Amino acid sequence: MTKSSSPAAAHDRAFALKFYEQMVLIREFEERVKFLFLEGTMPGTIHQCQGQEATAVGVCAALRSDDFITSTFRGHGHALAKGLTVQEMLDELFGATTGCCKGKGGSMHMGNMDKGMVPGIAIVAGGIPLAAGMALAFKLQRRPQVVACFFGDGAVAEGAFHEGVNMAAIWDLPVILVCENNLYGASTRIDKVMKNPRVSDRAASYGFRGETVDGNDVLTVYAAAQRAAEECRAGKGPVLLELLTYRRTGHSRRDACHYQAKDEREAWFARDPIERFAVQLLARGDVSQSDLDAIKADIDQQITTGVENAKQAPQPTLADLTTDVFA
Amino acid sequence: MKRQGIAEALRDGIAEEMTRDPAVFCIGEDIGVPGGWGGAFTVTLGLAEKFPGRIIDTPIAELGFTGMAVGAAMMGMRPIADMQYGDFLFLASDQLINNAAKMRYMSGGTVKVPMVMRAPIGATGRGSQHAQSMERYFTGVPGLKVVAVSNAYDAKGILKAAVRDDNPVMIFEHKLLYGSKGARAEPGAVDATSEIPDEDYVVPLDRAAVRREGKHVTILGWLLMTHYAMAAATLLAAEGIEAEVIDVRSLSPIDYDTIGASLRKTGRVIIVEEGPKTGGVSAEIAAGIMEHCSDSLMAPVVRVASPDVPVPFTPILENAYRPDVPRIVEAARRLAQN
Ligand SMILES: Cc1ncc(C[n+]2csc(CCOP(=O)(O)OP(=O)(O)O)c2C)c(N)n1
Ligand SMILES: [Mg+2]
Repeated sequence: MTKSSSPAAAHDRAFALKFYEQMVLIREFEERVKFLFLEGTMPGTIHQCQGQEATAVGVCAALRSDDFITSTFRGHGHALAKGLTVQEMLDELFGATTGCCKGKGGSMHMGNMDKGMVPGIAIVAGGIPLAAGMALAFKLQRRPQVVACFFGDGAVAEGAFHEGVNMAAIWDLPVILVCENNLYGASTRIDKVMKNPRVSDRAASYGFRGETVDGNDVLTVYAAAQRAAEECRAGKGPVLLELLTYRRTGHSRRDACHYQAKDEREAWFARDPIERFAVQLLARGDVSQSDLDAIKADIDQQITTGVENAKQAPQPTLADLTTDVFA
Repeated sequence: MKRQGIAEALRDGIAEEMTRDPAVFCIGEDIGVPGGWGGAFTVTLGLAEKFPGRIIDTPIAELGFTGMAVGAAMMGMRPIADMQYGDFLFLASDQLINNAAKMRYMSGGTVKVPMVMRAPIGATGRGSQHAQSMERYFTGVPGLKVVAVSNAYDAKGILKAAVRDDNPVMIFEHKLLYGSKGARAEPGAVDATSEIPDEDYVVPLDRAAVRREGKHVTILGWLLMTHYAMAAATLLAAEGIEAEVIDVRSLSPIDYDTIGASLRKTGRVIIVEEGPKTGGVSAEIAAGIMEHCSDSLMAPVVRVASPDVPVPFTPILENAYRPDVPRIVEAARRLAQN
């Protein structure tokens, strides 16, 4: 794993604190959602991203507001990092018409096209050819946008990965292929399903650049994503970015993660992206623990208000069942 | 005899077939991982320890492992493939439809593909891509047998018959029927347990089952809809309408003997289907009834199905999407007066 080479001090204070705030927002959002599920007030199922906050925040920070992302079933973090609001997401999770997809999408299909996020694609690797297609459109329309396509280590085994990536390569498309390698696809560890577990190596076989970085170091992710975005915008895409990270929570709602070894979990918990970044921030000298505490308190309040609103938000009527099928 | 749910009955059925025949093995995602789940719905839980090397965990590669099941079957193995959610069958469908289903015919009857594909379906609060009723996409494929199991007894017997069959067989299961207690409890789960005999048995792949006798109206359903039809029949009985409920069970081929015998008694039929009405299995059954037993019909065929929309996430709309007991009762009332 590449060691962090970008201490927080290299960035302006407010800018660095924004990264922290966004990661804490994702963590607290996910924790509250988990609570609401366990409490039984929130319907559906969830796939959460505690422990992977730095990948979403670092990549999305390197994008412009009119750049796009595609995501997966595990998309809450990506959505928050791309600028979806806590309210439109909680409303969606509660199935309200004010949700980002009017309650029709739910947890796995979170998105908002106005904010550059395609509704999450819950078919593993299904977003890869689609993202390549979006990038093809940008190229044909001579628009300067890029697409960041988030997918997991599990997606690499799908045929859709090969087909989408190869076409992105031969046509030099502006797509950043962001593999969040959290060592597991559902319950299956990567070493059981990949002879070469270094995902970024695959880029070379298609003829473009790939790199693997510490996905739990937000500034490292940010720097790598900036490089990738620049290359894509210069017509030198695609880029495969492998971000090494770890899921601190179950694959989905009721998973107790018994397939993860205890020492592995502990090692990764010690590399928590938020705690590590807090240490970097405090080392700057101009950020205090009470600054960080205040950020968290604000976020908690924001989420609490969001939950109260979402519980009161308007639910659909039967007439909504048959709308939105065709354009 | 013991009382079991569908997940346990399938598990025992698979274990017994694997013990009986060394050619039987399982292949799919997350089906045998130590500390894992035994598949998304616990069907293969514990089997990897019992049958080392014969519960094969694959990468997330549906087209790939389905093709491998087809190839292995052609070489004398009897694979049971596990599709984590039926929706992913779209990825595997090339191997199922172009290879598995046609191999026998294209080879002039020289190749056998004795494989089983199991897949759960049903709208269950998971949103549009983990919810679809997939039977419809496979019932019109010549060379494939398609069955749907609504209780534990059938699940075990049909699984065994499917494993022993020399053709590709698809078994559809419903997420709300695996079990209604403990780890398998989820909102809307229905009790589909049965008394399971100790001795070996099979359930034929081409027969419907009469679940309740009645003389005024026939209600046809499968999977979850069989249970809803039974609940509707109880309510209807209280108002003097005696409904005969048939679990269609075999979706390809469809058992018009059993359906026809019922229609000769009742003259009226409702087909209940979870899934969009257009292009559904119920359309095929309705057409089949016209061809096989229109003489018995005293009123037009009625269908109760989902609207032609993707499965919505939000519970209010999902519940409206899925046919329910009140809608079946209402349809039966109207038909009985007709
Ligand atoms: C085509 C397809 N196959 C299987 C699944 C079921 N499934 C959902 S998530 C998942 C694991 C995905 O692993 P990975 O790509 O590493 O992403 P992560 O869950 O680690 O974020 C599986 C097997 C699916 N959604 N789509
Ligand atoms: Mg993963």
